[in-house]
Amino acid sequence: MAKYKLKVNGKMMEAEVDPTTPVLWVLRDHLNLVGTKYGCGVGSCGACTIHLNGKAMKSCQLPVAAVAAQEITTIEGLSESGEHPVQKAWLSLDVAQCGYCQTGQIMAASALLKSKPHPTDEEIETAMNGNICRCGTYVRIKQAIQSAAKNAHQ
Amino acid sequence: MENISPNNSRRAFLKITSLTGGGMMIGFSWLANLIPNEALAEIAAPKEWVELTGFIKITADNDITIFCPNPEFGTNVMTSLPMMVAEELEADWKKIKVEMGDYDTPRFKSQFTGGSRAMNMAWVPLRTAGATARMLLLQAAANEWNVSVSELTANNSNVSHKASNKSVTYGALAAAAAKLPKPEKVSLKKISDFTLLGTPQKNVVGKNIVSGNPLFTLDYKQEGMLIAMVIHPPAFGMKLKSFDGTVAKKMAGIQDVFEIQVYKDGYTRAGFDTRAFNNLVAVVGKTTWEVINARKKVVVEWEPMATYTESVAGRGGKKMETIPGGLESTDEHLAQMNEMQKKPGKILRKDGDPEAAFAKAKKILERTYSAPFLSHNPMEPISCVAHITDEKAFFVAPIQIPEMMKQNIIANLDIPAEKIEMKLARMGGGFGRRAYGHYIIEAGLISKKVKAPVKLIYTREDDMTNGIYRPTYMVSFKAAIDENNQVTALHIKGGGIPENSIHENRFPAGAIENYMAEGWDIPSNITIGAFRAPRSNFIASAEQSFLDELAETIGKDPIDFRIELLQKAKTKPVGKNNEYDAARYIGVLELVKQKSNWSQSNNKNRGVAAYFCHSSYAAHVVEVSIKDGQPQVENVVTAMDCGFVVNPEGAKNMVEGAVVDGIGNALYGGMRFEKGVPMQKNLNQYRIIRHKETPKKIDVHFVQNTIDPTGLGEPPFPPVFAAVANALYKATGKRLYNQPYLKELTKS
Repeated sequence: MAKYKLKVNGKMMEAEVDPTTPVLWVLRDHLNLVGTKYGCGVGSCGACTIHLNGKAMKSCQLPVAAVAAQEITTIEGLSESGEHPVQKAWLSLDVAQCGYCQTGQIMAASALLKSKPHPTDEEIETAMNGNICRCGTYVRIKQAIQSAAKNAHQ
Repeated sequence: MENISPNNSRRAFLKITSLTGGGMMIGFSWLANLIPNEALAEIAAPKEWVELTGFIKITADNDITIFCPNPEFGTNVMTSLPMMVAEELEADWKKIKVEMGDYDTPRFKSQFTGGSRAMNMAWVPLRTAGATARMLLLQAAANEWNVSVSELTANNSNVSHKASNKSVTYGALAAAAAKLPKPEKVSLKKISDFTLLGTPQKNVVGKNIVSGNPLFTLDYKQEGMLIAMVIHPPAFGMKLKSFDGTVAKKMAGIQDVFEIQVYKDGYTRAGFDTRAFNNLVAVVGKTTWEVINARKKVVVEWEPMATYTESVAGRGGKKMETIPGGLESTDEHLAQMNEMQKKPGKILRKDGDPEAAFAKAKKILERTYSAPFLSHNPMEPISCVAHITDEKAFFVAPIQIPEMMKQNIIANLDIPAEKIEMKLARMGGGFGRRAYGHYIIEAGLISKKVKAPVKLIYTREDDMTNGIYRPTYMVSFKAAIDENNQVTALHIKGGGIPENSIHENRFPAGAIENYMAEGWDIPSNITIGAFRAPRSNFIASAEQSFLDELAETIGKDPIDFRIELLQKAKTKPVGKNNEYDAARYIGVLELVKQKSNWSQSNNKNRGVAAYFCHSSYAAHVVEVSIKDGQPQVENVVTAMDCGFVVNPEGAKNMVEGAVVDGIGNALYGGMRFEKGVPMQKNLNQYRIIRHKETPKKIDVHFVQNTIDPTGLGEPPFPPVFAAVANALYKATGKRLYNQPYLKELTKS
């Protein structure tokens, strides 16, 4: 057990946990940020995607001890109240079915648009390929990412 | 207007109560005491088993809440069902709040999402509820203004009187309306008068989903809640012998390690009480990571499970079911199924004289198809919150059929019905898996033992290796063709482990003069359950692949050939009990033909398939390409007939998802077993379709009609498999018979 000071969504937060604890469980169990989801625990589904220093990262594969001063952003910190262009595009295309994977999808998509504001369809598919949606909403996810890219630069 | 009496046999009672602070609440329940027990065991319940509950709440401030009576796992019932209420209520949809209703046993009885039945079961009852509330509000205004109801208009959550230019909100009328006697009859709107139903409406939970707000069981927290996991045997055919939790118990955060027995000895299982492993080791601690680590330190000994017999309640009453011991393997399963195909099966249907027709045939086409066990893999792994105290038993239960779980809770947790409280959490996917609620009992047993609220979490590995799979199947189709290239007989024979794969009364039964269907099954200790269009999802793949090959053999266009058979079934049906409406079946084929420009295209790389199941009709045209030897579905054109389309936005989304899911399962899905051990344990070993493999475009069209709506969760799914296989044949020249198709396609 050790005490970790983490910068999450712009705020300093503290958790006393085992150093091997994945950030996923620190967020969910200790910091009460449950928008980041558990899906597989082996980095294969992307439900746990967060931003680490602005880049998409699977939080189930990231031990808390490796974070140090790096900035964590979760879905709760992506925008004040669900107003990020990617979230708005998701709503306008009515993407979600069960909705469980969508926060991970949105975090992966928003990180992509940060590094590539005008991605091609192929770039979207490559960047998003680590995020599974069992309901099969991929067509709408791609449309939403293209729409967010367009709207952010109008 | 269609006159409906709220008191007729389908609508048992309306309960109207005043809310404190002025307002009213309408609760409703149908068929409260008319549910036959044996019907509860089956998803495909008779139509008269229509039972929904929910209520409308109107406050004095004109805040209107519509409670969704049915559990939500992503089919968007939380939007489409309240729309039905709001339409008849003449409420302003933009201001309606929707909440998931809790399970309320004494008042509301059954709440059920499954078998693609939610829309159809809700169609009359929920509109009646809305219309009843509207009539009470109109009557309250009429009394207040001393005018007749016929002079009043209800619109946008207001009642107005044109002659005097008066208007009042529902909220202001609600308290008075709640005191009125319920109307003898209410009138439902004509479809042509709908202003909300039939218009595209967005998911009412959308904002909460994209914001990451807590919605799911795994997100639920309460003071003092502990985390629990269970350890089950590593192989089917094994059981718990002993365990030592000494080391684990000393680990940080760990509270207890103990054994639970899920169902009591002698318990009569109902249809959805399936579980593979009845004795489990529970590990309970403060946090998830601590429990994940501690469970690895529990030393467990397993032993072979002997063959056993248990009683199961199903259609036609109780029967004894024997579960064989032994460690089963996929290769043995295939050999056993091939063996069964050589022996006579149970005759399920026979029309005409198939033996004579085959004896006279000029040509015979016979093909055999197979498919593996599939895992549901909902994105949110199995979970349940339970808090059992002397006063009550509280659950956050991600379950499709809470009514059936209540019976299980009463029997196995010794809790009387009136103490059971269940919150119906949004479910992170289901696909059939969440009809089987053994995990609710497990969570309850653990909470009882540790005397604290507990959240039971299955890891992905626990979920994927715990059973309740889609069965493995095999079937052969054999057709007799005469000298005029006419199909004179069809013989279908098949089965599965552990259930039969045949739907003997489905098309092309009814279209062929001489017909025989035979079935068999092989018992197994690998547990199975409903998987998105059970049985249909396999038999459609075989039937629709065979019809494609048969059409080619006799030199006909695959769509025209199907329509020709369906015309026969329509004008001069063969035999009895044909399950489909040939005209509607033809309708989707004609629509997909038109929308895909089938007749104008050379259809290189394109395949077609259609199917009817769960009361709706589906047809797909799929176009594929081969890139670096790998199949890729490029685009899909779909035609659906699900009757009146309640919410076209949600409906399209459902169909798109079913198409993607179908492509994924057809190409990649499958569990393998070696000596009882599931070889796929997590999502890095079980391939699920991803972004890159998704078609660029899925073009969904609906047949426009005013037939009562039916569901879309299942019907678009089964014909995807064969449409993919038929398209891959066009692209590669290779017919595919065994799923997953990618394996067969890339086999040299």
